[in-house]
Amino acid sequence: MGKTIAEKILATKSGARTVAAGEIVDAYPDLVMSHTATWRSVSVMRKIGATKLYDPQRLAIVLDHVAPAKTEKYAQDQQTSRNFAREFGITKFYDVDAGIAHLVLMENGHVKPGDLIVGTDSHCTIYGALGALGSGIGYTEVTSVWVTGKLWMKVPSSIRFVLNGRFAPAVSAKDLMLYLIGKLGADGCGYKSAEFYGDAIPQMSVSERMTVANLAMEMGSKCVFIPPDAATVEYLRSHGLEPTAYEPVFADADAIYERELRVELSDLEPMVACPHQVENTKPISAVVGTRIDQAFLGSCANGKYEDLVVAARILGGRHVDPRVRLIVTPGSKQIMLQAMKSGVLQSLIESGALVTNPGCGACAGDGGMMADGEVSLSTANRNFVGRMGSSKSSIYLSSPATLAASAIKGALADPREFI
Amino acid sequence: METQIVGRVFKFGDNVNSDIIIAGRYLIYIEPAELAKHAFEMLGPQFPDKLRGYDIIVAGRNFGCGSAREQASTAIKGLGIRAVVAASFARTFYRNAINDGLTIVECPEVVAAASEGDTLSIDLAKGLVTHGDRGYPFPQIPPSVRKILELGGLANYLKANLPAP
Repeated sequence: MGKTIAEKILATKSGARTVAAGEIVDAYPDLVMSHTATWRSVSVMRKIGATKLYDPQRLAIVLDHVAPAKTEKYAQDQQTSRNFAREFGITKFYDVDAGIAHLVLMENGHVKPGDLIVGTDSHCTIYGALGALGSGIGYTEVTSVWVTGKLWMKVPSSIRFVLNGRFAPAVSAKDLMLYLIGKLGADGCGYKSAEFYGDAIPQMSVSERMTVANLAMEMGSKCVFIPPDAATVEYLRSHGLEPTAYEPVFADADAIYERELRVELSDLEPMVACPHQVENTKPISAVVGTRIDQAFLGSCANGKYEDLVVAARILGGRHVDPRVRLIVTPGSKQIMLQAMKSGVLQSLIESGALVTNPGCGACAGDGGMMADGEVSLSTANRNFVGRMGSSKSSIYLSSPATLAASAIKGALADPREFI
Repeated sequence: METQIVGRVFKFGDNVNSDIIIAGRYLIYIEPAELAKHAFEMLGPQFPDKLRGYDIIVAGRNFGCGSAREQASTAIKGLGIRAVVAASFARTFYRNAINDGLTIVECPEVVAAASEGDTLSIDLAKGLVTHGDRGYPFPQIPPSVRKILELGGLANYLKANLPAP
């Protein structure tokens, strides 16, 4: 009987010949990521009196959520994380200048096809963009993996998504995912592995695949898989990983899926998620004209170089509405450098954007907080009440193209008008 | 670990996310009492005090969805809540609750039946939750995982099972 990706990778990582959906295994992840939460895992390690790591090479630490430190407390917590990394010889350590953990790890060749990766962040699903299984866990469990090398995992059942055709102009991976989340609901893929196939996948850039794998978390996915192909190999090579360094894993043709869902991409239109749930999605036409006070272009979902380029193309030669604060937070230092060299940052600034240092930025409440009654449009992945400031403010989510169009108009706008 | 929990119900709907349970700005804390001061405060000024005096949270589908923040379960524990009964849990909350030693019960039938202020009686050994004169069975946590809950959470479990130095 054929096996899904989750069944194959979890069998390998637990040393079993074969496992099936529903089984509980002890799996040994290839990488355990901790971000701003690292100091909490260090505190657990001290509390239990552990002094040894299972394998320091499997740890990756990136200080991303509130960076650089905004208060003395953050400074002390970051110092705890830095000291820990030094003491235990953690070579995959990235300080406050690096950017968002997920993007930093992929850019630095730490995510390989076939890997199992866990970390202190729900959006670890993003590693599926490179053919790796990623899943979020809490900080105590991170300590446990640091010390024992393993964690219990239930082998998930899988949903097969088949994406065919091409996006219409100004429609992108973000619109696809908002459509799917709206259709399936916040738990439509709960506890399940989401595998993406179809003739649309080879046409999608690695950046778009990252958006797909990232947003899939918002329908509850435990992990995501997009089959590695020539584009993946090229991405990995340009980030320091030759094909000899990894061995991609693919699902069997006769693998058993709980369900299959087909989407024709050309049928999709620009979508937004309305306050205060990601599943509360609508086509842009239903909300055009809704006033916004702030527009945030950034996050692990859409703070990548391609996302900045899309926004800059629409904004180029135009200016942000004077009533709107456009905040641009590049996802990583590498992205910021690339955007600087190509002139994208200059173009965004000339159009009226405020560009911040790389990192999670306003998505994690690090700057860009909103006052009572204010409305923000964001390219991030969550619009929960109070996530970006006052509990009386609200957040809409969209693609970078919709965000750029809306920033110009001062209200939610259809990006197709600008192409 | 308690095997019998009897208490008053506070009821929530579907998709209560972990940002609502504890906002990101409070993740600088890990202590239950400190986190509890700010639990659910995005829902209005009556929170979290409104929850004190209740023992069991009953919620709809996908409780604890969103961020993997462990402090969501810690904050609920800090409020003195002894169990969360939901139609379903988001997986990160489910794991974090076990790792935090917070009792969780997945039982959509009793969620549909129970109203705020009602009394529920949870028998963890039998896998049965009783509301009024009716008992509802619920799936037990797998035995290999239950050991973590029985020791009061993952930190205690780890301490008891540390690999030899």
